[in-house]
Amino acid sequence: MTLELRNVIKRAGAETHIYETSLKLREDGFNILLGTTLSGKTSLMQLMAGLERPADGEIWFDGKNVTKVPVQKRNVSMVHQQFINYPNFSVFENIASPLRVARLPRAEIKARVGQVAELLRLSPMLDRRPSELSGGQQQRTALARALVKDADVVLLDEPLANLDYKLREELRDELPKLFRDRGCTVVYATSEPTEALLLGGHTATLNEGRITQFGETAKVYRQPMDLISAAVFSDPPINSAAVTKQGDRFVLNDRVSWRAGESQRTLSDGSYVVAIRPHHITPVDHGANAVRIDGKVLVTELSGSESVVHFEVDGRTWISQSHGIHAFHVGDQASFYIDTGRCMYFGQDNERLAA
Amino acid sequence: MAAKTHNPKAWLFVLPVVILVAFNALIPLMTVVNYSVQETFGDNVFFWEGVGWFEQVLHSERFHASLLRQLTFTGIILAIEVPLGVAIALTMPKKGPWVSVCLVFMAMPLLIPWNVVGAMWNIFALPDLGLLGRAINGMGIDYNFTQQPGSAWFTTILMDVWHWTSLVVLLAYAGLRSIPDAYYQAAKIDGASSWAVFRHIQLPKMKRVLTIAILLRFMDSFMIYTEPFVLTGGGPGNSTTFLSIDLVKIALGQFDLGPAAAMSLIYFLIVLLLSWIFYTLMMRNEAQ
Repeated sequence: MTLELRNVIKRAGAETHIYETSLKLREDGFNILLGTTLSGKTSLMQLMAGLERPADGEIWFDGKNVTKVPVQKRNVSMVHQQFINYPNFSVFENIASPLRVARLPRAEIKARVGQVAELLRLSPMLDRRPSELSGGQQQRTALARALVKDADVVLLDEPLANLDYKLREELRDELPKLFRDRGCTVVYATSEPTEALLLGGHTATLNEGRITQFGETAKVYRQPMDLISAAVFSDPPINSAAVTKQGDRFVLNDRVSWRAGESQRTLSDGSYVVAIRPHHITPVDHGANAVRIDGKVLVTELSGSESVVHFEVDGRTWISQSHGIHAFHVGDQASFYIDTGRCMYFGQDNERLAA
Repeated sequence: MAAKTHNPKAWLFVLPVVILVAFNALIPLMTVVNYSVQETFGDNVFFWEGVGWFEQVLHSERFHASLLRQLTFTGIILAIEVPLGVAIALTMPKKGPWVSVCLVFMAMPLLIPWNVVGAMWNIFALPDLGLLGRAINGMGIDYNFTQQPGSAWFTTILMDVWHWTSLVVLLAYAGLRSIPDAYYQAAKIDGASSWAVFRHIQLPKMKRVLTIAILLRFMDSFMIYTEPFVLTGGGPGNSTTFLSIDLVKIALGQFDLGPAAAMSLIYFLIVLLLSWIFYTLMMRNEAQ
């Protein structure tokens, strides 16, 4: 079953939430919508579900135009960021609710709920009410409701965002397994680049109501087509700065320069934009491709296994992310090393030029 | 770590509240208690009466009649105002410029002083001059709230519904607004009917505010005084003499301070008891 958006536009009053967008979703693995809050993830999902009608464009499902088909008749299911369950129903009744609406025989409802509950490890809690469950169990119940229906399209709108770290990891591991071989299209919205990478599948990067790129998750990460896609798919934020190409060298801030790589040799002299992921700027000189850059330390964040340092060079803030503990004092001058072999170059129009 | 738990200076911080509560609650209450167990003929001369006044009040048919009237009135207005308030809240817009218009419109009756409400309805319902009174009589129904107990009850209830349904509306509306949109979306995806949405999402989510609304309306209506006093003065006859009106008649009309004080305390205990029962029942329901 394939879900396809053709030139859809979504407006709310005078505001445009989704600019003209076309997208053909995949059935194998997750379709991840990656973008910050208000980038349009939820709006896109509401269009896919049929909760909202597009102002223009069409939605095709399995070779049929379903643009005007209301949500109840589309056989979709959705899991929200908030834990949405019927407050006065037991877990069993909650999971059974879509089947009851569909008027399935009692025995079948019981069997299917039992099966899904087993899968989501909810079997011991079937008699409890949502308010008596932990956050993780509440979200499992919501997931079970989405699963039990055998929907053609499953929409997961940041389902793990309200869970604590441990539960999030646990459920994130389970999710792809739960939906494997079900023959449904799964769409997963998230604002965390790491989550997209961990879930794999395909990713669409969203920015201000536009899909900037759609493709295999790893590929979108490694080869962003433009600066915006690269920025969306980077946490901490990607570093970008103007560079000039002079002969076979790139010059940054009139001071730092490095030899252009094999694929950039052919670029003509002129101004470009370089983007460097924070983990390609480290406090350690790692040899051949490294170029030193000096700046004033603004912020340091040390977690157990990595250090994130914000530093300022000529009025611009740079971010370095490195393994291990690298302690700096705020206000000190410090040296960082850019891995020039990993730099990405974009034209003045922010289109990517070469790897 | 050993902490010093005793610090007499802490009392200083509590003192303002203690003084305030003493003046506006404890001292008046104790004065009433004082009157309820004694007989006085003025000049600060008191005679010990024991529980005599309490026995007299509890056995008086007049008190029973007032109490029955009060319970009936409160029961009727709760049965009307709570469902009506919820229904109005459900029809109010969720967003847009009309929200504030509706809210202001709804809050209007609540802002009118109680005696003004009574006076307004008194004039409104006059059979010969008032719009309501003339309209009802014009339809061929004999209506005169100053002479017929039925008409008086009808007018009093209508007035209370007009005055206080807004409170239920505002509380219910606040409860409805606190339900995330995602619930409605989930219900839509399930294909749930609007009755199911009301019964299984909106009503359970409104339970807490409705508990408060019912409690407030119960207590307020049980202590209603000003509006019926201005509207009917408790009449015709005794037909709309609710507990508080009766109490004032005994205390200030007949100057029977002892029985009035005893009745005040009984009245207070009834309100407290019924509120407690209400609250416990509703909270137990919640816990299930």
